Amino acid sequence: MEVALISGLQGLFLGLVALTPGQALMILVGCGLLYLGIRKGYEPLLLVPIGFGAILVNIPLADMMGKDGFLRFFYDFGVLTEIFPLLIFIGIGAMTDFQPLLENPKIILLGAAGQFGIFLTLLLALAVGFDKLDAVAVAIIGACDGPTAIYVSSKFAPHMLGAVSVAAYSYMSLVPLIQPPIMRALTTDKERKIVMGVAKRPVSKTTKILFPIVVTIFASILAPKGAPLIGTVMLGNLMRESGVVERLKSAAENEIANIVTLLLGLSIGATMEAANFLRAQTLLVLALGFIAIGLDTAVGLLFGKAMCLLTGGKINPLIGAAGISAFPMSARVVQVEGQKYNKKSYLLMHAMSANAGGQIGSVIAAAVMLSVLQGMGIIAG
Amino acid sequence: MDTWTFGWTVALIGMGGTMLVLWILSLLILLLKKLFPQNAQPAERS
Repeated sequence: MEVALISGLQGLFLGLVALTPGQALMILVGCGLLYLGIRKGYEPLLLVPIGFGAILVNIPLADMMGKDGFLRFFYDFGVLTEIFPLLIFIGIGAMTDFQPLLENPKIILLGAAGQFGIFLTLLLALAVGFDKLDAVAVAIIGACDGPTAIYVSSKFAPHMLGAVSVAAYSYMSLVPLIQPPIMRALTTDKERKIVMGVAKRPVSKTTKILFPIVVTIFASILAPKGAPLIGTVMLGNLMRESGVVERLKSAAENEIANIVTLLLGLSIGATMEAANFLRAQTLLVLALGFIAIGLDTAVGLLFGKAMCLLTGGKINPLIGAAGISAFPMSARVVQVEGQKYNKKSYLLMHAMSANAGGQIGSVIAAAVMLSVLQGMGIIAG
Repeated sequence: MDTWTFGWTVALIGMGGTMLVLWILSLLILLLKKLFPQNAQPAERS
């Protein structure tokens, strides 16, 4: 009897005895993510489930990412198959209004410039020793687009998914802190004060409906490897603009997006096991992700300056910073910065155009990159 | 293929390709707007 009691009591302490310093540290990291999400409001929809997933997966002996673990089930079902990010994309498409972009289509070029950080970071990642596909996964943080980063990294570097996702979502939420100093450094006082005229050009409903169809067909044919990314965003947008499938649109932007966000967050957190996450490489990923978003902003601003020059000073280069995919946060940052230097400057709608261009741009950049990799034989066709 | 050939190829074609695709998309949007101008449309439901 005594022996049985002692054995039973010992069972209660097995987890404590088995807890490694790495697991304890990762539990603290999980708590840190929860703090950022709950207390600071940084991307709470993702950081709360990611943080909790990180805690769960580092509980000793619970084996939640083991063969029969429930986190393993979600990960295998939704992340390895790339289904979760694609379902999120349908929701994003259903939530996104491309009207500002359709009103002023030339601004879409800022959305291309805002993706250059991806490709420049690829070079940096290779320079610091990442192998080719790992470098691609790190570089895609520069898309400033969580689902795109998850889609690409789960496909080519699943062992880095946790670090890449945490970097992508953390830096997206830090855009209001990352961008303003770069905006001030790369623009002159005179440029920041430029007042852009009101560019209200009405767009017909037919154009809005045809836009997602045309983009899907054209962009997918040019970059077939990115067709799932482009197609899901544009399907969501078509449901929004057609106005005939309100129930589906509502499900895509609410129920489906919410359920998938929860499961995706948990699955990402589940990749943050101490043995995988606590490596020098993780710090490098976080550093390169930060640089990627800085480079996106810088190239967007420089492109904005070029457009300003070419248009005889009609374009405020600040809107170039909004050519990233963090929508609409980046556009708001541009508006706030513009107003600091000229109270009569209302850049929001122009910045929203660039920001919508950045949303499409990030998906197109990923699609182009995947197709280039396929063409070079780096990934299978 | 060595690392740097890979890196520069993906970077240059990637940046150029992204810019090209989005530029063509902007032209397609302009074309759509020309073909289906707002004033030729019946009143929208919402």
